[in-house]
Amino acid sequence: MTGDPLFADGFDWVVLAILVAKAVIGFTIVVVGVIFMIWFERKVVADMQNRIGPNRAGRWGLGQTLADGIKLIFKEDLKPDRADKPVFRLAPYLSVVPAFLTFTIVPIGGVFTGGNDGGVELFGRRTWMQVADPPVGVLFLLAMSSIAVYGIMLAGWSSGSKYPLLGSVRATAQMVSYEAALGLSVVAVVLLSGSLSTHDIVAAQAGSIFDWNVIATAAVPFVVFCVAATAELNRPPFDLVEAEQELVGGFHTEYSSIRFGMFYLAEFMNTITMSAIIVTLFLGGPAGPVLFGPPLIWGTLWFTLKLLVFLFIFVWLRATLPRYRYDQLMDLGWKRLIPLSLGWLLVIGAISIGRDAGWNRPLTLVGAFSLGVISWAALIGAMRVAKLRRGGDEFGELSTATERVG
Amino acid sequence: MATTDVYPGAATSEGAQELAARDGSTAAELLRESGSVLRLSEAAVAALSEQAVPEDETMIINMGPQHPSTHGVLRLMLELEGETVLRTKPIVGYLHTGMEKTGEDLTYLQGPTNVTRMDYAAPLFNELVFSLATEALLGVEVPPRATWIRMLMCELNRISSHFLFLATNGMDLGAISMILYGWRERDLVLQFFEKTSGLRMNHNYIRPGGVAADLPDGWRDDLAGILDALPARLGEYDSLMTAQPIWQGRTQGVGVITPEEALALGTTGPILRSTGTPWDLRKDMPYLAYDQVEFDVVVGSYGDVFDRYAIRLNEIRESMRIVAQILDAMPGGDYRVQDKKVTPPPRARIDESMEALIHHFKIFTEGFRVPEGEVYVAVESPRGELGCYLVSDGSAKPYRLHIRGPSFVNLQTLPHMLRGGLIADAVAIISSVDPIMGEVDR
Repeated sequence: MTGDPLFADGFDWVVLAILVAKAVIGFTIVVVGVIFMIWFERKVVADMQNRIGPNRAGRWGLGQTLADGIKLIFKEDLKPDRADKPVFRLAPYLSVVPAFLTFTIVPIGGVFTGGNDGGVELFGRRTWMQVADPPVGVLFLLAMSSIAVYGIMLAGWSSGSKYPLLGSVRATAQMVSYEAALGLSVVAVVLLSGSLSTHDIVAAQAGSIFDWNVIATAAVPFVVFCVAATAELNRPPFDLVEAEQELVGGFHTEYSSIRFGMFYLAEFMNTITMSAIIVTLFLGGPAGPVLFGPPLIWGTLWFTLKLLVFLFIFVWLRATLPRYRYDQLMDLGWKRLIPLSLGWLLVIGAISIGRDAGWNRPLTLVGAFSLGVISWAALIGAMRVAKLRRGGDEFGELSTATERVG
Repeated sequence: MATTDVYPGAATSEGAQELAARDGSTAAELLRESGSVLRLSEAAVAALSEQAVPEDETMIINMGPQHPSTHGVLRLMLELEGETVLRTKPIVGYLHTGMEKTGEDLTYLQGPTNVTRMDYAAPLFNELVFSLATEALLGVEVPPRATWIRMLMCELNRISSHFLFLATNGMDLGAISMILYGWRERDLVLQFFEKTSGLRMNHNYIRPGGVAADLPDGWRDDLAGILDALPARLGEYDSLMTAQPIWQGRTQGVGVITPEEALALGTTGPILRSTGTPWDLRKDMPYLAYDQVEFDVVVGSYGDVFDRYAIRLNEIRESMRIVAQILDAMPGGDYRVQDKKVTPPPRARIDESMEALIHHFKIFTEGFRVPEGEVYVAVESPRGELGCYLVSDGSAKPYRLHIRGPSFVNLQTLPHMLRGGLIADAVAIISSVDPIMGEVDR
């Protein structure tokens, strides 16, 4: 079961047509999703803040995003004098394209239960319900999110302005750091599913709810992934890159018109894509009970519902939490999430090997966990010692602003 | 469009506003910048100057006057090493409207209209301090009811001003919902102000001789409604911010100032109290009838941003305590002094009395004359000691009006508190100083 069965019988014009159709449909879904998501975010945040939110353009303000988009297109496109012009023009595309490409590997439906392999018939050909299913699926996700860093970094750097520069420096450090935690928590999933392909990962979770990776990996990689994903998306409470109150607009301060619109688009595209990835990797993708009617619809329905839950959570976080500070963000990433996901990966690895090699199950569990706890304690101890040696006070090393006077 | 390599900001019509060149950051510059004010020893300054870094590794960034979190038009020049702030130069004057000078051309009755626009978040305190100063020069005693109404309105204004702080402080730290929650609670109080004075801000309600109007019908019910609604909302703030780990991480240990430094820099209000110094004019130099109500002075122990936040949050609770006591103790009687030379006659009297018409005309054209002399009166505004220095030459207009704005004095802690922190800390610290630029520039 490797790769899309579309290519099993060679490549002809029908295959090409199906590919183009899938790409167009995928793009449409994402763009419509973004339009909905922007409206949804504004409406939900408004509700949480006792406001009404957009309600002028169209019914319930549904046309607000469209109106904003049209406005952005017709606005004057300013380029700062001191900008590095070619890079300045390139950066928004570097943000948008990876955001869309990541979505191509997400299976948005399909029946995986009862001996089905999740394929659908299209013009007499079988294919998966995702735009592409590269064998390196998960690596593709990580690669794309790495490329997205360039968009933000180059945008800030090429603006020839100081606030965007600070924003891009923050972006680079933040996204590179959390990439590690993101990758390590995905490895746990890959270890269980035995494949990098998103289709196979979904297929492996198709049985019951206990096959979902969030339960099969005992929730820890799921939590780490969610936190790291929020940081990777630069969404609150990790929105230091934009940090309106600190850096004005962060990396896109100097952008206007549709170039700014593209960053905005990319941001929301990323939010949708990352929620879809979380659903795919940890929550079984389209898996869910079929209540009545054709099972194919239920798969997509469950997928959409799970997606909405995460979109709502992202909005909820934005309305609730204050922003992390730069050093606290780094602390969380390097000192907590990465050791935690690394340790958990080792535990899961030990258990997997133990199952294959027929070790005593409880003994393996106890051994792996105690080793994990000991390592954790050792790590915390090492950090304490390091901190004491640096002479940091109880607030950490960054609050030395006034201690010299005392 | 020619590309300019050097930003021409150094040569403005207002002179060089850039930070001084880096060699100024040696011991001498540090001594000038903070040492003399903070009374540091030469050895301490010399130790400080060793922290200097080479010039080509720092960046000078201009924060404000158009920046989302400089609370109006405060401008800061920051010298950064990475994101760490090395030096700060606050630049004020972008909201200068010459209100003190204007005050010399307005009669004493027009004065409150002018000064109320200074600290626009706590306008009643400006009116109060001006009225108290004028009354001290006149030598009139205002009736007890006027005093208690003034106290009531000021405490309510303290509440609304602190809600404004909570809103902007939450916003500055990224808790964007707080701006709306704070505004919502503030509006409860503003609605009462509107009902009482007719205006939501710049009330011109407290005037020399008393207040402009008696409290409206049903004011007890309105206040009871406010006192009922607020405690639950403050509890929400506690769970949204006080107990929030990210919030604590962002504010605790940030922008620390010691009691000695705070006193040396002349700070008052929550900044001074956050260091543990229980200095509150309402307790230490009682005015109005503060010696007849019971309340506690809230002090902090670390002098950091969190303390200043917590102090203001709890001062709202203390103010509510005072308001509850005023509800019980409000005396009857007149709401302004019955001195025909100072108080305009009631509207009804003008139709039937020639005398009243003359007084009305004289008061509103020429104003009342104030005996020669000078006076300094201070009250505890939400931001600290708000003082009014008034000199009279015996005419109907002040010879000199000077306001000691607490925001202006508190701002000079910024270069000190910001040093060594990150930009994110800088935003938190500016927010915790809670400057109102109208009062800074006057």
